[in-house]
Amino acid sequence: MATTSISSDLFENQASRSIDQEDICITCEDFSLSYGTKQALFDINLKIPTNRATAFIGPSGCGKSTLLRCMNRMNDLIDGINISGQMKLHGKDINTRDVNVTELRQQVGMVFQKPNPFPKSIFENVAYGLRLQGITNKTEIEDRVEWSLVNSALWGEVGDRLQDNAFSLSGGQQQRLVIARAIAVRPQVLLLDEPASALDPISTLKIEELIAELKSQYTVVIVTHNMQQAARVSDYTAFLYLGKLIEFGPTNVLFTAPGERQTEDYITGRYG
Amino acid sequence: MTDNKKIGFFQSGTPWVWLNAGAVSISMIMVIGLLVLIAVRGLGHFWPKAIWQIEYEEGGGITTLIGERAKTETVSARQLREAGVKYNFKEEFVERTLLKIGNRDVYGFDFRLTVAPLEKSVSLPEELIVLERTEWGNFYGELVAVKEDGVITQAGVEELWAKLSSRVERVAELRERIGDIEKSEIGAINFKMEKLRLRTRAMELAGRDDAEEQAEIAGTKAQLDADYDALKTRLDVLYADIRRDAVTLRVMTGEEVSINLSKVVKATRPNAMSIPTKIQHYFGNLIDFVSDDPREANTEGGIFPAIFGTVMMVLLMSVIVTPFGVIAAIYLREYAKQGFVTRLVRISVNNLAGVPSIVYGVFGLGFFVYVLGGNIDQLFYPEALPSPTFGSGGLMWASLTLALLTVPVVIVATEEGLARIPRAVREGSLALGATKAETLWRIVIPMASPAMMTGLILAVARAAGEVAPLMLVGAVKLAPSLPLDMNAPFLHLERKFMHLGFHIYDVGFQSPNVEAARPLVYATALILVAVIILLNLSAIYIRNHLREKYRTLEQ
Ligand SMILES: Nc1ncnc2c1ncn2[C@@H]1O[C@H](COP(=O)(O)OP(=O)(O)OP(=O)(O)O)[C@@H](O)[C@H]1O
Ligand SMILES: [Mg+2]
Repeated sequence: MATTSISSDLFENQASRSIDQEDICITCEDFSLSYGTKQALFDINLKIPTNRATAFIGPSGCGKSTLLRCMNRMNDLIDGINISGQMKLHGKDINTRDVNVTELRQQVGMVFQKPNPFPKSIFENVAYGLRLQGITNKTEIEDRVEWSLVNSALWGEVGDRLQDNAFSLSGGQQQRLVIARAIAVRPQVLLLDEPASALDPISTLKIEELIAELKSQYTVVIVTHNMQQAARVSDYTAFLYLGKLIEFGPTNVLFTAPGERQTEDYITGRYG
Repeated sequence: MTDNKKIGFFQSGTPWVWLNAGAVSISMIMVIGLLVLIAVRGLGHFWPKAIWQIEYEEGGGITTLIGERAKTETVSARQLREAGVKYNFKEEFVERTLLKIGNRDVYGFDFRLTVAPLEKSVSLPEELIVLERTEWGNFYGELVAVKEDGVITQAGVEELWAKLSSRVERVAELRERIGDIEKSEIGAINFKMEKLRLRTRAMELAGRDDAEEQAEIAGTKAQLDADYDALKTRLDVLYADIRRDAVTLRVMTGEEVSINLSKVVKATRPNAMSIPTKIQHYFGNLIDFVSDDPREANTEGGIFPAIFGTVMMVLLMSVIVTPFGVIAAIYLREYAKQGFVTRLVRISVNNLAGVPSIVYGVFGLGFFVYVLGGNIDQLFYPEALPSPTFGSGGLMWASLTLALLTVPVVIVATEEGLARIPRAVREGSLALGATKAETLWRIVIPMASPAMMTGLILAVARAAGEVAPLMLVGAVKLAPSLPLDMNAPFLHLERKFMHLGFHIYDVGFQSPNVEAARPLVYATALILVAVIILLNLSAIYIRNHLREKYRTLEQ
């Protein structure tokens, strides 16, 4: 990575508050996870504030995706996982038996690294989650689809061809479609796992603008390998290394005055 | 890329490419050769063949022979001498012809052998005619007279021929009307009568003594009887009508034979036909073959019931096998805990595909027909006993047996299809709050549907060509009625049916006149192949359509 320093004007539009003043959305308490015998997360303690963008950075294989996927229990699908500690959404542990996983996932939406539209029309892709919720009113679905596409900055490009197959879109458009699909169900939290890593700079820029928009209404958690991106879009940043949370704080603080040696080495590009 | 030169011939892979290409070509040649052989032999049969008049030296004198050359081969003179031909051949090899002389009712046999050196003169007289008959095979001869309504006409050849043609057409029309009445109308009455009989029997069995119902049954029965009598009178008139005319022909022995036209299906003069007329007759024959009922122990006439039975059976099999195979595959791949047991199940399923099909036939007979069918009869059709309803082979059991036979193919193909659905798409659905079942139903199964169709295509190909198990569970030489007709409930799953594969076996190896039936074997084989190809093409069409709709895997 070529990053050597992050210019301070990147942080212009970010609130410089301390985490204690924030309303907390997701809390990790001594959260550990192992895939079989291989431990991937070690005692993570983290507070993710509401309606802010929080970035996870760290070298490949450090557990960013793993942690993110725990936040809407996508890891349930993998056999042989052991977790300990707690992961709370608004103070309520999400790993207890009485939590309805599908409801949880409706509240905590997720967008993956590679766009994964369904083999359906653009309209049906966005309407998918709504239909799952049992909404059958046609005008309501149409309104929500339009709202989502407008909010994901895609309406201008696809508004006149909603019945086309989603695969006729470009990669960047597909990724925004997937974001539209995620916000259509009105989640509280949006988890983004390297949403722009497969995209060109212009599409990346669009996605970043979109995130900046979205964070006024949603709690956004984004995993990224791109330091500038983290600096540009996030209010808070967490640095993970080998499954441990090394440092967490306001993005401008973490990037300009990192508290840990490892963080500094990483953001100045000495490894990773 | 100068390094390339150093790579040896074998390392470069060229010989393997050639080897593969060779193997593919040999397979292709074999398949194409087979198809061409079947096509040529099968389709050739319908071409109007020339009728030869041969002056043949035999027993010290000259006899006239009239017939079609069915097969010509070269044999050694010694072989002929040993076979008892008394003639001093100068040639070492001679041509020997199998001559179809027809007229089985007159001569007692309808083929004989001739050898070329003894054929003193051959000719193709235009006035020779062929009569295709409803029994006793073809008739060859020279037109002498036409008897119409008791009046005998003896005129010039052309005039007689025109007369005969129009009389044959009239008979064909009458025959169609008789067929209509016998098959649909009387068939329907018989069907209703049988229903009434069963109802009466059921009342007896139940010990019910409902005078009202009995009266109603008696009333309906009287009505049906009256209907039947009316039809019978109409039929009698038609029968008298159809038997009115006759034709007299002179056969090769000089004898004059009179044939009632009611027995004549078709009259042609192949030697007098021009090429366009022959082509016209050719297609006419072909259409008759696929649309007519068989005659004379299947050695003449068409194969329509067999085509119909095959298609019905395959369609029914598809309807049964698809849900079972797909559900089993979904359970195995998506829900069952992967481990020793699922592995064992998978191995067993794969091995099931290798079990000889006759074993399935025996199972079908033992379990479906005797156990299931027997019990169904006891429970639901006691009034028909002791004659079985479902307790003997039938369309339903045959389809079920074949479904069992082909279910492994569908399972394997579907499982592969499910395995190929990208994880990302499933996760995308789950992340939106879909349950596993919703994800399967809305995303995974539609995306895997082309693979399911592939499984079905393979299943159809296998099932349509299968004969051995069918002989035990419902295919018959001659089925009295089609499994689908106008009598409620329209689809008669318990009925026996005809099948092209079984038809081939029956005509080729079980018929009384194997020589005459041989071309039909090829023609039927060709139709069977065509039916399978058609069924598969339609499945492939559907699959490509689905693929187009859900094309993501290629991305
Ligand atoms: N399904 C799994 N089974 C076993 N081990 C896994 C599995 N998924 C991830 N891991 C391991 O857990 C560790 C953390 O993986 P994770 O995917 O969270 O890393 P990451 O930080 O997202 O990396 P990247 O930046 O490359 O995406 C890695 O060592 C990885 O090998
Ligand atoms: Mg990752």
